[in-house]
Amino acid sequence: MERETGTFRVKSGLAEMLKGGVIMDVTNAEQAKIAEDAGAVAVMALERVPADIRREGGVARMADANKIEEIMRAVSIPVMAKVRIGHFVEAQILQALGVDYIDESEVLTPADEEYHIDKWAFTVPFVCGARDLGEALRRIAEGAAMIRTKGEAGTGNVVEAVRHQRTMLRQIAWLQGLRPEQFVAAAKELGAPVELCRMVAEQGRLPVVNFAAGGIATPADAALMMQLGVDGIFVGSGIFKSENPAARARAIVEATTHYNDPDVLAKVSHGLGEPMPGIDIKELGEEALLQTRGW
Amino acid sequence: MKAGVLALQGDFREHAAVLAALGATPIEVRTPEELARVDCLVIPGGESTTISKLARSAGLVDPIRERAAAGMPMLGTCAGMIVMAKRVIGLEPLLDLVDITVRRNAYGRQVDSFEADIAVEGVDHPVRAVFIRAPIVEEVGPGVRVLAEHEGHPVVVEQGNLVVASFHPELVGETRLHAYVLEKV
Repeated sequence: MERETGTFRVKSGLAEMLKGGVIMDVTNAEQAKIAEDAGAVAVMALERVPADIRREGGVARMADANKIEEIMRAVSIPVMAKVRIGHFVEAQILQALGVDYIDESEVLTPADEEYHIDKWAFTVPFVCGARDLGEALRRIAEGAAMIRTKGEAGTGNVVEAVRHQRTMLRQIAWLQGLRPEQFVAAAKELGAPVELCRMVAEQGRLPVVNFAAGGIATPADAALMMQLGVDGIFVGSGIFKSENPAARARAIVEATTHYNDPDVLAKVSHGLGEPMPGIDIKELGEEALLQTRGW
Repeated sequence: MKAGVLALQGDFREHAAVLAALGATPIEVRTPEELARVDCLVIPGGESTTISKLARSAGLVDPIRERAAAGMPMLGTCAGMIVMAKRVIGLEPLLDLVDITVRRNAYGRQVDSFEADIAVEGVDHPVRAVFIRAPIVEEVGPGVRVLAEHEGHPVVVEQGNLVVASFHPELVGETRLHAYVLEKV
Protein backbone atom coordinates (compact mmCIF):
# COMPACT_ATOMS: atom_id res chain seq x y z
CA MET A 1 0.00 0.00 0.00
CA GLU A 2 3.14 2.22 -0.04
CA ARG A 3 2.96 5.25 -2.33
CA GLU A 4 5.64 5.25 -5.03
CA THR A 5 6.15 8.66 -6.63
CA GLY A 6 8.20 9.69 -9.67
CA THR A 7 8.12 6.26 -11.37
CA PHE A 8 8.41 6.30 -15.14
CA ARG A 9 4.81 5.03 -15.30
CA VAL A 10 3.60 7.99 -13.25
CA LYS A 11 5.65 10.42 -15.39
CA SER A 12 4.60 9.05 -18.78
CA GLY A 13 1.09 8.51 -17.38
CA LEU A 14 0.42 12.25 -17.18
CA ALA A 15 1.42 12.58 -20.85
CA GLU A 16 -1.06 9.76 -21.66
CA MET A 17 -3.79 11.85 -19.99
CA LEU A 18 -2.93 14.88 -22.15
CA LYS A 19 -3.43 12.97 -25.43
CA GLY A 20 -5.90 14.36 -27.92
CA GLY A 21 -5.46 17.74 -26.26
CA VAL A 22 -3.87 21.12 -26.86
CA ILE A 23 -1.12 22.63 -24.67
CA MET A 24 -0.91 26.40 -25.00
CA ASP A 25 1.96 28.84 -24.36
CA VAL A 26 0.96 31.59 -21.89
CA THR A 27 2.91 34.47 -20.37
CA ASN A 28 0.56 35.54 -17.56
CA ALA A 29 -2.45 34.49 -15.45
CA GLU A 30 -4.97 36.18 -17.73
CA GLN A 31 -3.77 34.24 -20.79
CA ALA A 32 -3.72 31.04 -18.71
CA LYS A 33 -7.41 31.54 -17.84
CA ILE A 34 -8.27 32.13 -21.51
CA ALA A 35 -6.44 28.91 -22.40
CA GLU A 36 -8.19 26.90 -19.67
CA ASP A 37 -11.61 28.31 -20.62
CA ALA A 38 -10.95 27.36 -24.24
CA GLY A 39 -10.35 23.73 -23.20
CA ALA A 40 -6.54 23.51 -23.13
CA VAL A 41 -5.31 20.33 -21.38
CA ALA A 42 -2.30 22.20 -19.96
CA VAL A 43 -0.50 25.51 -20.25
CA MET A 44 3.19 26.23 -20.83
CA ALA A 45 4.33 29.12 -18.64
CA LEU A 46 7.02 31.28 -20.19
CA GLU A 47 8.43 34.78 -20.15
CA ARG A 48 7.98 35.50 -23.87
CA VAL A 49 6.32 33.46 -26.62
CA PRO A 50 8.77 32.12 -29.24
CA ALA A 51 7.81 34.76 -31.85
CA ASP A 52 8.93 37.49 -29.42
CA ILE A 53 12.09 35.60 -28.43
CA ARG A 54 12.92 35.34 -32.12
CA ARG A 55 12.30 39.06 -32.71
CA GLU A 56 13.91 40.49 -29.58
CA GLY A 57 16.92 38.17 -29.38
CA GLY A 58 19.15 38.12 -26.28
CA VAL A 59 19.44 35.18 -23.88
CA ALA A 60 16.10 33.43 -23.29
CA ARG A 61 15.92 31.80 -19.83
CA MET A 62 13.48 30.00 -17.54
CA ALA A 63 10.53 32.28 -16.65
CA ASP A 64 10.51 34.27 -13.43
CA ALA A 65 9.35 32.20 -10.43
CA ASN A 66 6.68 34.77 -9.54
CA LYS A 67 5.21 34.54 -13.00
CA ILE A 68 5.11 30.74 -12.87
CA GLU A 69 3.43 30.73 -9.45
CA GLU A 70 0.90 33.33 -10.63
CA ILE A 71 -0.03 31.04 -13.52
CA MET A 72 -0.17 27.96 -11.25
CA ARG A 73 -2.61 29.79 -8.97
CA ALA A 74 -4.79 30.91 -11.88
CA VAL A 75 -5.68 27.50 -13.37
CA SER A 76 -6.53 23.94 -12.27
CA ILE A 77 -5.05 22.25 -15.37
CA PRO A 78 -1.38 21.12 -15.36
CA VAL A 79 1.25 23.84 -15.70
CA MET A 80 4.41 23.17 -17.68
CA ALA A 81 7.46 25.42 -17.90
CA LYS A 82 10.59 25.56 -20.03
CA VAL A 83 14.24 25.24 -19.02
CA ARG A 84 17.32 25.77 -21.14
CA ILE A 85 18.88 22.65 -22.65
CA GLY A 86 21.32 21.25 -20.09
CA HIS A 87 20.35 23.70 -17.32
CA PHE A 88 19.60 21.19 -14.57
CA VAL A 89 19.46 23.85 -11.86
CA GLU A 90 16.61 25.68 -13.61
CA ALA A 91 14.92 22.26 -13.62
CA GLN A 92 15.60 21.76 -9.89
CA ILE A 93 13.97 25.15 -9.26
CA LEU A 94 10.89 24.31 -11.35
CA GLN A 95 10.52 20.99 -9.52
CA ALA A 96 10.74 22.82 -6.19
CA LEU A 97 8.04 25.26 -7.39
CA GLY A 98 5.75 22.29 -8.10
CA VAL A 99 5.50 22.65 -11.87
CA ASP A 100 3.75 19.59 -13.40
CA TYR A 101 5.97 19.05 -16.48
CA ILE A 102 9.31 20.51 -17.61
CA ASP A 103 10.09 21.23 -21.26
CA GLU A 104 13.86 21.10 -21.85
CA SER A 105 13.50 23.39 -24.82
CA GLU A 106 15.50 24.59 -27.80
CA VAL A 107 13.32 27.71 -27.77
CA LEU A 108 15.42 28.99 -24.85
CA THR A 109 19.14 29.68 -25.24
CA PRO A 110 21.05 26.43 -24.54
CA ALA A 111 23.07 26.35 -21.31
CA ASP A 112 25.16 23.32 -22.32
CA GLU A 113 26.19 22.55 -25.89
CA GLU A 114 27.35 19.03 -25.03
CA TYR A 115 24.87 17.47 -22.62
CA HIS A 116 21.15 17.47 -22.04
CA ILE A 117 19.76 17.13 -18.49
CA ASP A 118 19.82 13.72 -16.75
CA LYS A 119 16.06 13.55 -16.44
CA TRP A 120 16.09 10.30 -14.43
CA ALA A 121 17.31 12.34 -11.45
CA PHE A 122 13.95 14.16 -11.18
CA THR A 123 10.49 13.34 -9.78
CA VAL A 124 8.84 15.81 -12.16
CA PRO A 125 8.48 14.50 -15.74
CA PHE A 126 10.17 16.05 -18.81
CA VAL A 127 9.12 16.62 -22.41
CA CYS A 128 11.84 17.18 -25.04
CA GLY A 129 11.87 18.19 -28.70
CA ALA A 130 13.10 15.97 -31.53
CA ARG A 131 13.58 16.25 -35.28
CA ASP A 132 13.89 12.53 -35.93
CA LEU A 133 13.64 9.13 -34.29
CA GLY A 134 17.27 9.01 -33.11
CA GLU A 135 16.95 12.34 -31.31
CA ALA A 136 13.66 11.24 -29.71
CA LEU A 137 15.19 7.98 -28.47
CA ARG A 138 18.29 9.76 -27.09
CA ARG A 139 16.02 12.02 -25.03
CA ILE A 140 13.97 9.01 -23.84
CA ALA A 141 17.25 7.29 -22.86
CA GLU A 142 18.00 10.38 -20.74
CA GLY A 143 14.62 9.97 -19.02
CA ALA A 144 12.20 12.10 -21.06
CA ALA A 145 8.62 10.82 -20.52
CA MET A 146 7.13 12.68 -23.49
CA ILE A 147 8.41 13.84 -26.90
CA ARG A 148 7.32 16.61 -29.22
CA THR A 149 8.44 17.47 -32.72
CA LYS A 150 10.67 20.54 -32.67
CA GLY A 151 9.19 22.11 -35.77
CA GLU A 152 10.39 25.69 -36.01
CA ALA A 153 8.95 27.66 -33.09
CA GLY A 154 7.71 31.22 -33.50
CA THR A 155 7.25 31.03 -37.26
CA GLY A 156 3.55 30.18 -37.62
CA ASN A 157 4.78 27.84 -40.36
CA VAL A 158 3.91 24.16 -39.97
CA VAL A 159 6.35 22.85 -42.58
CA GLU A 160 9.13 21.88 -40.15
CA ALA A 161 6.75 20.08 -37.77
CA VAL A 162 5.47 18.11 -40.77
CA ARG A 163 9.04 17.30 -41.83
CA HIS A 164 9.96 16.07 -38.34
CA GLN A 165 6.85 13.94 -37.92
CA ARG A 166 7.20 12.42 -41.39
CA THR A 167 10.85 11.65 -40.65
CA MET A 168 9.86 9.80 -37.47
CA LEU A 169 7.13 7.83 -39.26
CA ARG A 170 9.55 6.85 -42.04
CA GLN A 171 12.24 5.75 -39.58
CA ILE A 172 9.77 3.76 -37.47
CA ALA A 173 8.55 1.93 -40.60
CA TRP A 174 12.20 1.29 -41.57
CA LEU A 175 12.97 -0.27 -38.15
CA GLN A 176 9.87 -2.48 -38.45
CA GLY A 177 11.21 -3.93 -41.69
CA LEU A 178 14.60 -4.96 -40.27
CA ARG A 179 15.85 -8.48 -39.58
CA PRO A 180 17.22 -9.18 -36.07
CA GLU A 181 20.89 -9.00 -37.14
CA GLN A 182 20.37 -5.46 -38.51
CA PHE A 183 19.37 -3.76 -35.24
CA VAL A 184 22.80 -2.93 -33.85
CA ALA A 185 23.81 -1.30 -37.14
CA ALA A 186 20.47 0.58 -37.21
CA ALA A 187 21.01 1.79 -33.64
CA LYS A 188 24.47 3.03 -34.64
CA GLU A 189 23.00 4.86 -37.62
CA LEU A 190 20.24 6.49 -35.55
CA GLY A 191 22.56 7.19 -32.62
CA ALA A 192 20.08 5.58 -30.23
CA PRO A 193 20.12 2.67 -27.75
CA VAL A 194 19.48 -0.65 -29.48
CA GLU A 195 16.93 -1.80 -26.87
CA LEU A 196 14.79 1.28 -27.59
CA CYS A 197 15.12 0.62 -31.35
CA ARG A 198 13.83 -2.93 -30.84
CA MET A 199 10.97 -1.63 -28.71
CA VAL A 200 9.94 0.86 -31.42
CA ALA A 201 10.04 -1.88 -34.06
CA GLU A 202 7.85 -4.14 -31.91
CA GLN A 203 5.26 -1.49 -31.02
CA GLY A 204 5.37 0.44 -34.30
CA ARG A 205 5.49 3.71 -32.40
CA LEU A 206 7.55 5.73 -29.95
CA PRO A 207 7.55 4.24 -26.44
CA VAL A 208 6.16 7.53 -25.05
CA VAL A 209 3.52 10.05 -26.10
CA ASN A 210 4.52 12.27 -29.05
CA PHE A 211 2.97 15.72 -29.59
CA ALA A 212 3.44 18.15 -32.47
CA ALA A 213 5.01 21.54 -31.81
CA GLY A 214 6.69 24.38 -33.64
CA GLY A 215 4.65 26.38 -36.16
CA ILE A 216 1.03 25.34 -35.55
CA ALA A 217 -1.18 28.40 -36.10
CA THR A 218 -4.61 27.24 -37.35
CA PRO A 219 -7.21 24.53 -36.63
CA ALA A 220 -6.24 22.99 -39.98
CA ASP A 221 -2.56 22.83 -38.91
CA ALA A 222 -3.57 21.01 -35.72
CA ALA A 223 -5.76 18.50 -37.59
CA LEU A 224 -3.00 17.98 -40.19
CA MET A 225 -0.53 16.97 -37.48
CA MET A 226 -3.13 14.72 -35.78
CA GLN A 227 -3.84 12.99 -39.10
CA LEU A 228 -0.07 12.48 -39.44
CA GLY A 229 -0.25 10.45 -36.26
CA VAL A 230 0.83 12.71 -33.38
CA ASP A 231 -0.90 12.29 -30.01
CA GLY A 232 -1.67 15.97 -29.38
CA ILE A 233 -0.69 19.57 -30.09
CA PHE A 234 1.45 22.32 -28.59
CA VAL A 235 0.57 25.83 -29.75
CA GLY A 236 3.12 28.49 -28.90
CA SER A 237 2.83 31.91 -30.47
CA GLY A 238 -0.10 30.80 -32.67
CA ILE A 239 -2.82 31.74 -30.18
CA PHE A 240 -1.78 34.90 -28.37
CA LYS A 241 -0.11 36.42 -31.46
CA SER A 242 -3.38 36.10 -33.41
CA GLU A 243 -6.23 38.60 -33.65
CA ASN A 244 -8.77 36.71 -31.52
CA PRO A 245 -6.95 34.37 -29.11
CA ALA A 246 -10.02 32.98 -27.28
CA ALA A 247 -11.88 32.03 -30.47
CA ARG A 248 -8.74 30.59 -32.10
CA ALA A 249 -7.87 28.60 -28.97
CA ARG A 250 -11.37 27.06 -28.85
CA ALA A 251 -11.26 26.23 -32.55
CA ILE A 252 -7.86 24.52 -32.28
CA VAL A 253 -9.16 22.43 -29.34
CA GLU A 254 -12.21 21.31 -31.35
CA ALA A 255 -10.05 20.61 -34.42
CA THR A 256 -7.66 18.45 -32.38
CA THR A 257 -10.54 16.27 -31.12
CA HIS A 258 -12.47 16.06 -34.39
CA TYR A 259 -9.34 15.95 -36.59
CA ASN A 260 -10.84 13.30 -38.85
CA ASP A 261 -14.17 15.06 -39.44
CA PRO A 262 -13.87 17.69 -42.24
CA ASP A 263 -17.40 19.00 -41.51
CA VAL A 264 -16.41 19.95 -37.97
CA LEU A 265 -13.07 21.33 -39.22
CA ALA A 266 -14.91 23.54 -41.73
CA LYS A 267 -17.31 24.72 -39.04
CA VAL A 268 -14.61 25.72 -36.56
CA SER A 269 -12.49 27.46 -39.23
CA HIS A 270 -15.00 30.33 -39.57
CA GLY A 271 -14.60 33.82 -38.12
CA LEU A 272 -11.29 33.42 -36.32
CA GLY A 273 -9.79 36.74 -37.41
CA GLU A 274 -6.20 37.03 -38.59
CA PRO A 275 -3.77 34.25 -37.65
CA MET A 276 -0.29 35.18 -36.44
CA PRO A 277 1.93 36.50 -39.25
CA GLY A 278 4.03 33.66 -40.66
CA ILE A 279 7.68 33.39 -41.67
CA ASP A 280 9.04 31.48 -44.64
CA ILE A 281 11.72 29.18 -43.16
CA LYS A 282 13.97 29.79 -46.19
CA GLU A 283 14.16 33.49 -45.30
CA LEU A 284 15.41 32.70 -41.80
CA GLY A 285 18.92 31.51 -42.53
CA GLU A 286 20.72 28.66 -40.76
CA GLU A 287 21.85 30.69 -37.72
CA ALA A 288 18.28 31.80 -36.90
CA LEU A 289 16.96 28.22 -36.65
CA LEU A 290 15.98 27.05 -33.15
CA GLN A 291 15.55 23.39 -34.13
CA THR A 292 19.31 22.81 -34.57
CA ARG A 293 19.91 23.48 -30.86
CA GLY A 294 20.46 20.22 -28.97
CA TRP A 295 21.55 16.98 -30.67
CA MET B 1 -20.56 -6.61 -27.73
CA LYS B 2 -19.98 -2.98 -28.75
CA ALA B 3 -18.09 -1.24 -25.96
CA GLY B 4 -17.97 2.54 -26.38
CA VAL B 5 -15.11 4.74 -25.22
CA LEU B 6 -15.69 8.48 -25.04
CA ALA B 7 -12.92 9.65 -27.41
CA LEU B 8 -12.95 13.43 -27.00
CA GLN B 9 -9.62 13.65 -25.18
CA GLY B 10 -7.47 11.53 -22.89
CA ASP B 11 -6.21 7.94 -22.84
CA PHE B 12 -9.15 6.44 -24.74
CA ARG B 13 -6.92 4.15 -26.83
CA GLU B 14 -5.65 2.39 -23.69
CA HIS B 15 -9.25 1.72 -22.64
CA ALA B 16 -10.08 0.48 -26.13
CA ALA B 17 -7.13 -1.94 -25.92
CA VAL B 18 -8.35 -3.34 -22.58
CA LEU B 19 -11.88 -3.78 -23.96
CA ALA B 20 -10.53 -5.50 -27.08
CA ALA B 21 -8.42 -7.82 -24.91
CA LEU B 22 -11.63 -8.84 -23.13
CA GLY B 23 -13.27 -9.76 -26.45
CA ALA B 24 -15.48 -6.69 -26.85
CA THR B 25 -15.51 -4.51 -29.98
CA PRO B 26 -14.32 -1.04 -28.93
CA ILE B 27 -16.09 1.93 -30.55
CA GLU B 28 -14.74 5.48 -30.27
CA VAL B 29 -17.59 7.81 -29.33
CA ARG B 30 -17.43 11.48 -30.39
CA THR B 31 -21.04 12.06 -31.51
CA PRO B 32 -24.59 11.19 -30.30
CA GLU B 33 -24.92 8.87 -33.35
CA GLU B 34 -21.88 6.87 -32.24
CA LEU B 35 -23.21 6.74 -28.68
CA ALA B 36 -26.50 5.24 -29.92
CA ARG B 37 -24.61 2.22 -31.30
CA VAL B 38 -22.84 1.09 -28.10
CA ASP B 39 -23.89 -1.30 -25.32
CA CYS B 40 -21.78 0.31 -22.59
CA LEU B 41 -19.53 3.35 -22.25
CA VAL B 42 -16.13 4.03 -20.72
CA ILE B 43 -15.13 7.59 -19.87
CA PRO B 44 -11.33 7.71 -19.90
CA GLY B 45 -8.71 9.60 -17.98
CA GLY B 46 -7.80 13.03 -19.32
CA GLU B 47 -8.41 16.64 -18.34
CA SER B 48 -11.90 16.88 -16.83
CA THR B 49 -12.32 20.56 -17.81
CA THR B 50 -11.43 19.79 -21.45
CA ILE B 51 -13.62 16.67 -21.66
CA SER B 52 -16.53 18.64 -20.15
CA LYS B 53 -16.28 21.45 -22.71
CA LEU B 54 -15.94 19.06 -25.63
CA ALA B 55 -18.86 16.88 -24.42
CA ARG B 56 -21.10 19.94 -24.19
CA SER B 57 -20.16 21.25 -27.64
CA ALA B 58 -20.64 17.78 -29.17
CA GLY B 59 -24.17 17.58 -27.69
CA LEU B 60 -23.33 14.41 -25.76
CA VAL B 61 -24.37 15.36 -22.21
CA ASP B 62 -28.11 14.66 -22.38
CA PRO B 63 -27.79 11.54 -24.58
CA ILE B 64 -25.27 10.00 -22.14
CA ARG B 65 -27.49 10.86 -19.14
CA GLU B 66 -30.50 9.29 -20.86
CA ARG B 67 -28.61 6.10 -21.71
CA ALA B 68 -27.23 5.88 -18.15
CA ALA B 69 -30.74 6.32 -16.70
CA ALA B 70 -31.96 3.54 -19.01
CA GLY B 71 -29.38 1.20 -17.47
CA MET B 72 -26.38 1.37 -19.83
CA PRO B 73 -23.33 0.17 -17.85
CA MET B 74 -20.59 2.81 -17.54
CA LEU B 75 -17.03 2.91 -16.21
CA GLY B 76 -15.18 6.16 -15.49
CA THR B 77 -11.53 6.47 -14.49
CA CYS B 78 -9.99 9.59 -12.92
CA ALA B 79 -11.36 12.41 -15.14
CA GLY B 80 -14.17 9.94 -15.93
CA MET B 81 -14.99 9.78 -12.21
CA ILE B 82 -15.05 13.59 -12.06
CA VAL B 83 -17.38 14.05 -15.03
CA MET B 84 -19.75 11.31 -13.76
CA ALA B 85 -19.95 12.68 -10.18
CA LYS B 86 -22.99 14.56 -8.88
CA ARG B 87 -20.83 17.04 -6.96
CA VAL B 88 -17.39 18.40 -7.89
CA ILE B 89 -15.77 20.97 -5.62
CA GLY B 90 -15.09 24.13 -7.62
CA LEU B 91 -16.50 22.84 -10.91
CA GLU B 92 -19.99 22.49 -12.35
CA PRO B 93 -20.85 18.76 -12.56
CA LEU B 94 -21.16 17.44 -16.12
CA LEU B 95 -23.15 14.20 -16.17
CA ASP B 96 -24.50 14.40 -12.60
CA LEU B 97 -24.83 10.60 -12.27
CA VAL B 98 -22.94 9.10 -9.31
CA ASP B 99 -23.93 10.28 -5.83
CA ILE B 100 -20.44 11.27 -4.65
CA THR B 101 -18.59 14.51 -3.90
CA VAL B 102 -15.11 14.68 -5.44
CA ARG B 103 -12.23 17.08 -5.05
CA ARG B 104 -10.00 17.47 -8.13
CA ASN B 105 -6.17 17.21 -7.97
CA ALA B 106 -6.62 16.40 -4.31
CA TYR B 107 -3.32 14.58 -3.77
CA GLY B 108 -1.35 17.64 -4.92
CA ARG B 109 0.53 18.41 -8.10
CA GLN B 110 2.20 15.99 -10.53
CA VAL B 111 5.25 15.44 -8.26
CA ASP B 112 2.77 13.92 -5.77
CA SER B 113 1.25 11.52 -8.35
CA PHE B 114 1.97 7.92 -7.34
CA GLU B 115 1.31 4.22 -7.76
CA ALA B 116 0.31 1.75 -5.05
CA ASP B 117 -1.24 -1.71 -4.61
CA ILE B 118 -4.97 -1.56 -3.83
CA ALA B 119 -7.26 -4.34 -2.59
CA VAL B 120 -10.53 -4.33 -4.53
CA GLU B 121 -13.62 -6.20 -3.26
CA GLY B 122 -14.25 -9.40 -5.20
CA VAL B 123 -10.78 -9.41 -6.80
CA ASP B 124 -8.18 -11.97 -5.62
CA HIS B 125 -4.90 -10.13 -6.13
CA PRO B 126 -4.19 -6.47 -5.45
CA VAL B 127 -4.66 -4.03 -8.32
CA ARG B 128 -1.62 -1.90 -9.22
CA ALA B 129 -3.21 1.52 -9.15
CA VAL B 130 -1.64 4.56 -10.87
CA PHE B 131 -2.93 7.86 -9.47
CA ILE B 132 -2.19 10.85 -11.77
CA ARG B 133 -3.21 14.21 -10.28
CA ALA B 134 -6.09 12.12 -9.01
CA PRO B 135 -9.38 13.22 -7.43
CA ILE B 136 -10.38 12.24 -3.91
CA VAL B 137 -13.92 11.08 -3.06
CA GLU B 138 -14.93 13.18 -0.06
CA GLU B 139 -18.55 12.01 0.41
CA VAL B 140 -20.50 8.97 -0.67
CA GLY B 141 -24.32 8.95 -0.91
CA PRO B 142 -26.54 6.16 0.52
CA GLY B 143 -27.02 4.27 -2.76
CA VAL B 144 -23.27 4.02 -3.46
CA ARG B 145 -21.17 0.94 -2.59
CA VAL B 146 -17.45 1.36 -1.92
CA LEU B 147 -15.45 -1.41 -3.65
CA ALA B 148 -11.95 -0.22 -2.70
CA GLU B 149 -10.29 2.28 -0.41
CA HIS B 150 -6.80 3.76 -0.14
CA GLU B 151 -5.60 5.67 2.94
CA GLY B 152 -9.20 5.97 4.15
CA HIS B 153 -10.62 7.37 0.89
CA PRO B 154 -12.91 5.41 -1.46
CA VAL B 155 -11.06 4.85 -4.78
CA VAL B 156 -13.53 2.52 -6.54
CA VAL B 157 -17.29 2.94 -6.05
CA GLU B 158 -20.37 1.43 -7.65
CA GLN B 159 -23.89 2.77 -8.02
CA GLY B 160 -26.06 0.24 -9.87
CA ASN B 161 -24.89 0.18 -13.51
CA LEU B 162 -22.16 2.79 -12.88
CA VAL B 163 -18.60 2.14 -11.66
CA VAL B 164 -15.97 4.87 -11.14
CA ALA B 165 -12.32 4.69 -10.06
CA SER B 166 -9.97 7.52 -9.15
CA PHE B 167 -6.96 5.73 -10.69
CA HIS B 168 -6.05 4.24 -14.08
CA PRO B 169 -6.40 0.45 -14.46
CA GLU B 170 -6.02 0.98 -18.24
CA LEU B 171 -2.45 2.27 -17.87
CA VAL B 172 -1.13 -1.04 -16.53
CA GLY B 173 -3.23 -3.40 -18.67
CA GLU B 174 -5.42 -4.23 -15.66
CA THR B 175 -8.61 -5.78 -17.09
CA ARG B 176 -10.67 -6.83 -14.07
CA LEU B 177 -12.60 -3.59 -13.53
CA HIS B 178 -13.52 -3.43 -17.22
CA ALA B 179 -14.56 -7.11 -17.11
CA TYR B 180 -16.76 -6.37 -14.09
CA VAL B 181 -18.56 -3.57 -15.98
CA LEU B 182 -18.89 -5.63 -19.21
CA GLU B 183 -20.65 -8.35 -17.18
CA LYS B 184 -23.42 -5.86 -16.41
CA VAL B 185 -24.35 -5.58 -20.11
